[in-house]
Amino acid sequence: MLLKLASRSLLSRKVNVGLTVFSISISIFIMLAIGHVKNEAKASFTSVVSGVDLIVGARTGQINLLLYSIFRIGQPTNNISWESYQALSARKEVAWTIPISLGDSHKGFRVLGTSSRYFSHFKYGNKRELVFSNGEQFNRPFDVVLGADVARSLQYSLGDKITLSHGVASTSFSEHANNPFTVVGILKPTGTSVDQTLHVPLEGIEAIHSGWQSGVNLSQKLSSNDLDKVNLTPKTITAFMVGLKSKMATFTFQRQVNQFQPEALMAILPGVSLAELWRMMGVIEGILLFISSLVLLAALIGMSTMMLTAIRERRKEFFVLRVIGASPWFIMCLIQAEAILITLLGMCVAILLLWTGILFSQDLLASHFGFFLSLNIFNREMLMSLALVLVIVLFVSCIPAISSTRHAQL
Amino acid sequence: MIQLSNLHKYYGDKNRQLHVLKGIDVTIEEGELTAIMGSSGSGKSTLLNILGILDHFDEGRYLLDQQEITKLTEKQAAYFRNKFIGFVFQSFNLLSFKNATENVALPLYYQKVGRRERNKKAAELLEMVGLGDRAEHMPNQLSGGQKQRVAIARALVTNPRVILADEPTGALDSKTTQEIMQLFKEVHGQGKTIVIVTHEKEIADACERLIVLRDGQIANTTSKVSPL
Repeated sequence: MLLKLASRSLLSRKVNVGLTVFSISISIFIMLAIGHVKNEAKASFTSVVSGVDLIVGARTGQINLLLYSIFRIGQPTNNISWESYQALSARKEVAWTIPISLGDSHKGFRVLGTSSRYFSHFKYGNKRELVFSNGEQFNRPFDVVLGADVARSLQYSLGDKITLSHGVASTSFSEHANNPFTVVGILKPTGTSVDQTLHVPLEGIEAIHSGWQSGVNLSQKLSSNDLDKVNLTPKTITAFMVGLKSKMATFTFQRQVNQFQPEALMAILPGVSLAELWRMMGVIEGILLFISSLVLLAALIGMSTMMLTAIRERRKEFFVLRVIGASPWFIMCLIQAEAILITLLGMCVAILLLWTGILFSQDLLASHFGFFLSLNIFNREMLMSLALVLVIVLFVSCIPAISSTRHAQL
Repeated sequence: MIQLSNLHKYYGDKNRQLHVLKGIDVTIEEGELTAIMGSSGSGKSTLLNILGILDHFDEGRYLLDQQEITKLTEKQAAYFRNKFIGFVFQSFNLLSFKNATENVALPLYYQKVGRRERNKKAAELLEMVGLGDRAEHMPNQLSGGQKQRVAIARALVTNPRVILADEPTGALDSKTTQEIMQLFKEVHGQGKTIVIVTHEKEIADACERLIVLRDGQIANTTSKVSPL
């Protein structure tokens, strides 16, 4: 009855209540969105690479190396010569290496040139291996293996022919149109940047760039016979991942890379760099959470003010309730029930807004930033924050609730 | 039924105190139909609010059905109002967002009567006041006279011993006034004690007893043999 009375009373003041619900929903939306993006980013960060002991690239900041090699964000500062890669790979501490060559794209998705070891040694999440949903790994220079999101968004299937673009912009005027690649495999979703990547052999990358100078295409189409004649050993790669025989050798090998004489290289521990990157994000996250809390508090105080103003206009209503036998406690509960209903409605609107926002931005974020946002926004932390909001509402609505008992007299 | 002894009521603080009721002594018997008249500011509405336990008094004694109504908590006052008293106001005081049945049934909620029983009783009362066919109408879909009938039905739904009416016909035309007074007559016929505050002489004339207030005191009390 209390809730029915509260909801009917709210319905009779649609405009005021609607505006209040809107302002609260925006505040809760901001709070939920920040929390969700933080959680997703953290999950994505921690699961993006696993079982890789070191990542080696040209000397730069460790965050930059991590971003371009793992998240496919940003640009490498320099390449590593094939000779240096071979020399370091041949060290006795090294169990395996996965070369990475970046720089090309296909319709906004990054292309990763690598070796077949990528499919056997690269792991994500809790040491989970890459699994094919269709087809198999590449065997020929012009084979391509698609990440799950690439295949889904571009509706590609096995056997489709695609051409790569020079550079990483979504629209490129420098197409490697002479040498199309054939889709031979599609990976199962991983929830990491792998899903938004096209994987091609290093030889394929070398082949399509054969005859290019300073980003300009001087080449012709390469036939199978041509491929046999051309030396497809890469001259440079962007970075490489390293698996060591023993974890004990990690810091020794890292020092050897950092002091490598022929060229300036650096090796990073992915876990340490991920933690550092997360700490940097943590400061921003803290600031955003603080701002969202202030926005929320402002909205809740706004609601309290709206109710306080409305109470002066609702003197007659409270008087009637008092006349027919309602206790002051009932009237206070009525006001608090109204505040809770407004907030719950605001929460529902906020959740719908967030879901809509995720649905509309999911593909864009995935293809442009390699960031996958799931629709599952509920977790313990989120539910706790919503419960906390309701507790705050109970406190904030005490002011109008107490005031209502005083205004129940004509 | 109602017994007031040396009742005083003040408004304002000690420095600027307004003495509104100055020692009211009155007894209203059960089943009596009483009108209270007086000019504006004479204290008649204050007296009615005190009778309805909507306002406190400062000195004196108030007995309602032999029970002491002094220094009650708001919760106790709510209980007494709900159990003993039904109210009818000049401005009807219906909840705008509830239909006629819901308005009439609401007081029963505070007596913890179940919804089905509440609606049944409300329907009976609306039938009694001649609004059986307006049960689902919202207040803004009813005329002034119909609203007042709904208000009377609401006042009667808990079967109170006392009905207090503050200018119940003040906002109605003369034809509707007669209809409403006829309704009060029927209610009175059921043995209810009714106290009506009014400015209208015709209403006062229709009552068994008239109490005239002047400047916070009882100026005159008149009893008649055949009311209405």
